Amino acid sequence: MPLLLPQLPQGPHYGILAEFATPADLYHACEKVRDAGFTKWDAHTPFPVHGLERAMGIRRSPLPWIVLVAGLTGAAFGFGLQWWVHASAQPLVISGKPLFSWPAFIPITFELGVLFAAFGAVFGMLGLNRLPMHYHPLFRSKVFERVTDDAFFISIESWDPRFDPSATGKLLESLGARSVELLES
Amino acid sequence: MAQTEAELLDNPVAGNPTLILRSPDFHAITEVVAEAVERPTPSGWWFFFLPALALLGLLGVAVSWLFWEGIGIWGLNVPVGWAWDITNFVFWVGIGHAGTLISAILFLFRQKWRTSINRSAEAMTIFAVMCALLFPGIHVGRVWVAYWMFPVPNQMSLWPNFRSPLLWDVFAVSVYGTVSVLFWYVGLIPDLGTMRDRAKTRIRKIVYGFLALGWRGSVRQWNHYETAYLVLAALATPLVLSVHSVVSMDFAVSVLPGWHTTIFPPYFVAGAIFSGFAMVVTLMVICRTAFRLDHIITLRHFDYMAKIMLVTGTMVGYAYATEFFTSWYSGNPYELFTFMNRALGPYSWAYWTMITCNVISPQIFWSKKARTSIPILFALSIVINIGMWFERFVIIVTSLHRDFLPSSWGYFRPTVWDVSCLLGSFGLFFTMFCLFVRFLPMVATSEVKTVLPQADPHGQHGPERQIKGRAARPALGAPTPEGAS
Repeated sequence: MPLLLPQLPQGPHYGILAEFATPADLYHACEKVRDAGFTKWDAHTPFPVHGLERAMGIRRSPLPWIVLVAGLTGAAFGFGLQWWVHASAQPLVISGKPLFSWPAFIPITFELGVLFAAFGAVFGMLGLNRLPMHYHPLFRSKVFERVTDDAFFISIESWDPRFDPSATGKLLESLGARSVELLES
Repeated sequence: MAQTEAELLDNPVAGNPTLILRSPDFHAITEVVAEAVERPTPSGWWFFFLPALALLGLLGVAVSWLFWEGIGIWGLNVPVGWAWDITNFVFWVGIGHAGTLISAILFLFRQKWRTSINRSAEAMTIFAVMCALLFPGIHVGRVWVAYWMFPVPNQMSLWPNFRSPLLWDVFAVSVYGTVSVLFWYVGLIPDLGTMRDRAKTRIRKIVYGFLALGWRGSVRQWNHYETAYLVLAALATPLVLSVHSVVSMDFAVSVLPGWHTTIFPPYFVAGAIFSGFAMVVTLMVICRTAFRLDHIITLRHFDYMAKIMLVTGTMVGYAYATEFFTSWYSGNPYELFTFMNRALGPYSWAYWTMITCNVISPQIFWSKKARTSIPILFALSIVINIGMWFERFVIIVTSLHRDFLPSSWGYFRPTVWDVSCLLGSFGLFFTMFCLFVRFLPMVATSEVKTVLPQADPHGQHGPERQIKGRAARPALGAPTPEGAS
């Protein structure tokens, strides 16, 4: 499936959503779900909970590499543009300076490097997160509205090889979930 | 366990400093911030908004007349070819710097107190950069050819001169504006999600829902998101230092006595942070009072900001002294004349206003009473910004008004249109800020929640700290933070 398209499970169910009371409960539940071998699952929090990505076994984001490439592209573009304008397209002697007076090109090279890198960071982040995605099956859940306020969730998607509507729900209940909900696709 | 603000400030090393007072739970933070946007428009808001809108109208009139008639309506003329237009430009760019310092540099230094004020400080940055970009745009006279500043292929086969600091400035300020908007928007996404999920009306659901991009707080998303935020902070840090350095090169690269000094880049950056923090204090005092956010924007925050103003104000004072020393030590009669003329000549009133406001007045912040007194902070924040406006006026106008040839000497006086443009830019700034506090969450709730004690998934492990017989802070609001080991 292409990288940027939404990846949603097929079939009647999207998956199971379980709510936890505190960041600590969620943290320990995530460790257990990770150890149980689930792969197509996620946790949802109103703010970044410190260390949770490790408890879930998520790898570091590759975003810095995207930013590095974007930034170097911007800097190269900025420097190349100035060289081309002053040494090639419009060779005009100004204040007796050499045509390729590269030290004077550094500020704009730097600025364009930063500009492209910032675009790389923002659009790279949105791309890796598959945003914008204004529709998602999770938004069908009423309790999920509090995910941006004070509620903590684990969602396990139905296409996970270990997913089973009743057994997975029981597992989440045993981990201290406040409520467990089966979501339709 | 009722700790007063004064008690908390007594001991700055009491374990993790308490940044948010009255131990609210997560929902209480959401409630107080979102409610300010959701409730019916309070009448007090109009009290700020309507005067700001009127001044914005004045700006519209002044700029329209300027376009119609030309820059002759302003008081500038040979030898003072730059006056209030560039003064206002440098002033507004400088204001923006504190926002980026708070959002980027303090983030990299893990200064968690920034979470209460970073959203509104970033908004301030964006609106200040808007005001700043206005002035170079309109002062060119023939605005319909302002696009000549950009490297756009055109029918004349002409390109801008990339070796000119003025063009560096075009790039530096527009990149700075763009990156500030990106940084601010990325920070807003989770809170726009909050506004979407709380929305009661259809129009709010659609607008906030569209802007929130479908954010669902997933940890896999937070993972990329936090990396993006860190990278943007790391990019904005050298950027913000470069912007006012480049602005200072507009002057320093010229050969004019009073402008041609190597101290300008660091001196301008220090001044920018100084004036920016003063503006943050002005705005935060108003917001904290108007929206009852005194438990989120606490006296501790003001104490820190006052210390930064004290440091940067003193750095600026040191730079003023260094300029004088350099002009004497250079042995250059033109340099020496320029600086003696600055302090004792026809514009000495402006020079001594600057010294009084920027160097002398912030020394009161050596006293903790002053640093934690809202009336003193508010008054001084305005005094400092008056002083910083005068600093740019002094640098620009006093260096120009005494040309090398005494026959070209002059004296700049502003016209009513100069005053209208300056007041109008404040109208633009405050109109934007009023709209911001009305329609967007003015505190980054998803960041403030992370500094609450109950946000730590490991609870309070390790030896509990006892200070002066006071128990370590209880994690009120979290049912049982020590859920497991």
